[in-house]
Amino acid sequence: MANTMDSPRTAVSNPPVQPMETNLTQRDLIRRSATSELPQPERQLTPVAKLIDVSKCIGCKACQSACVEWNDTNPVIGENVGYYTNPHDLTADMFTLMRFTEWVNPETDNLEWLIRKDGCMHCADPGCLKACPAPGAIVQYSNGIVDFVHDNCIGCGYCVKGCPFNIPRISKADHRAYKCTLCSDRVAVGQGPACAKACPTQAIVFGTKEDMKKHAEGRIADLKSRGYANAGLYDPPGVGGTHVMYVLHHNDKPQIYADLPVDPKISAVVQTWKGATKYAGLAVMGLAAAGTILHGLFGNANRVSKHEEEEAQEAVDHAEKRVEDA
Amino acid sequence: MSTPANTASAKVTPAKVGGEDTIRRGPPVEVVRYGPGKRINHWITAISLILLLISGLAMFHPSLFFLTELFGGGQTTRWIHPWIGVVLFFSFFILFAQLWKLNLPNRDDVQWASQIGDVVAGNEEKLPELGKYNAGQKFIFWGMASLIIVLIVTGIMAWEQYFGQLTSIPTQRIALLVHSLAAVAIILIFMLHVYAAIWTRGTISAMTRGTVTGGWAWRHHRKWFKDMAGRGRIDPAE
Ligand code: HEM
Ligand code: SF4
Ligand code: SF4
Ligand code: SF4
Repeated sequence: MANTMDSPRTAVSNPPVQPMETNLTQRDLIRRSATSELPQPERQLTPVAKLIDVSKCIGCKACQSACVEWNDTNPVIGENVGYYTNPHDLTADMFTLMRFTEWVNPETDNLEWLIRKDGCMHCADPGCLKACPAPGAIVQYSNGIVDFVHDNCIGCGYCVKGCPFNIPRISKADHRAYKCTLCSDRVAVGQGPACAKACPTQAIVFGTKEDMKKHAEGRIADLKSRGYANAGLYDPPGVGGTHVMYVLHHNDKPQIYADLPVDPKISAVVQTWKGATKYAGLAVMGLAAAGTILHGLFGNANRVSKHEEEEAQEAVDHAEKRVEDA
Repeated sequence: MSTPANTASAKVTPAKVGGEDTIRRGPPVEVVRYGPGKRINHWITAISLILLLISGLAMFHPSLFFLTELFGGGQTTRWIHPWIGVVLFFSFFILFAQLWKLNLPNRDDVQWASQIGDVVAGNEEKLPELGKYNAGQKFIFWGMASLIIVLIVTGIMAWEQYFGQLTSIPTQRIALLVHSLAAVAIILIFMLHVYAAIWTRGTISAMTRGTVTGGWAWRHHRKWFKDMAGRGRIDPAE
């Protein structure tokens, strides 16, 4: 069977077994860090998305294990400090993390156990890419995947500061940035992400962004019919929407899910740092350099005259005479 | 030369041969402006600052990223920049301790600054007689000192490898913004400093050989020159 689709439509079906060429190429980049003139891609890949339905997750962490397996990382064995989130934070070896929150719903007085799968959101307007100073260390494909290219990474950690979701981590071993790739290496050959494939409840589903939005609608209607009046889709417009989305039963309060940002956007400080500062900075430094060089070449230098040398000589003679007289 | 007994200043320092702030009898008359210790340290500061501005600018804008090649690639540039910053901080700190008193502002500086037009035109005969430093040099001194403090503090906050956990991410964003603005400011001051040293002919030798001509001292820092002469800080001919 020849694969004619540019992106996989699901993570459930088994992948084609014949060798395939990667479908995510350099010509499919729509953004490349620290690169101003990127040729427009000739084709537009179908945007993909991962949808995480928080209400269906049972917290089994199969997704976390699948992620470690597929990406061949070695997270250190954690320590139990009394709650289920383990390891305690994302690391350069743990690209996704189930964050557990015990929340008492003030309306019902019920304890709700909220479990959110944390990881890169694959923002349409990625702050990490905006902040990155190294050409080609962060790229964005036309299907929406934001990927880190480790060979080009210098380890500065600017992406950490640029990201509104606190996702990238710098490895202490090789000083390069790591995060969820949305399994770009799998998607490129027609497979869905490893986590979505592993999830036993299909709390994680994968497909085109359009399909995922439709799927979410059904889930939200179901949740509403079961009393979750504020159920909704988390696809934050502040970052242009994301290619990892959540169905939240309390979409009016994303912050209860282990501090999921309410209205994420690239920080104004980062915008100023990477915007006005750079243009104004280069301009004034360039002008100052040009000004000094021009003045140096064409202006009059400040020279000591012969007369002044003589005056100095006289002053010394005079002073010495005074000293000798004394 | 006998020991001066009756000079204007009460505390008479016998001139150390080749020592700082002494007049060499000549002819021609020369003045020792900086001893070897200060000169070596100044060059450590200067080289660190130049390496810092090159490595920093490489990360500042993509059009300058090619500068990382000078350091052997982006990874090396990233780790070496903050360490050079630490060297700069300590070498400048020593310089600061030695020079801050002479750089305190005084009334002549106000007069000098109000006649900045005459300064730029080179009409030095219209300006007040000055001590070892003029207001422009003092401005550079204090500007550098305060910006280096800002740069080391914000630089440490942005130093992912060792201090990534020290401050929160929103704080680190501000730190990087301030660091890049302070870097632009210190680069401007650095250009002014180098330019002034070149424009004022005869200055560079103060940092290479340590000496300036008598005429240079007479023209630009007459109070300093007269003070040395008055206190008998004069070496006999070499
Ligand atoms: C005094 C101690 C200093 C320290 C500890 C320091 C540290 C840092 C650090 C950690 C970074 C982030 C990149 C990296 O990890 O290498 C950085 C960036 C930078 N530094 Fe420094 N630095 C210092 C002084 C300076 C000085 C004196 C200059 C200018 C002459 C300078 C100019 C820059 C610039 C332009 C950037 C890039 C900022 C941007 O990307 O917008 N730094 N510095
Ligand atoms: S750590 Fe790497 S990916 Fe992150 S901003 Fe720096 S160069 Fe870019
Ligand atoms: S979540 Fe963070 S790391 Fe992921 S694409 Fe958005 S800004 Fe980049
Ligand atoms: S595999 Fe599915 S059910 Fe299990 S923790 Fe991950 S998202 Fe939840």
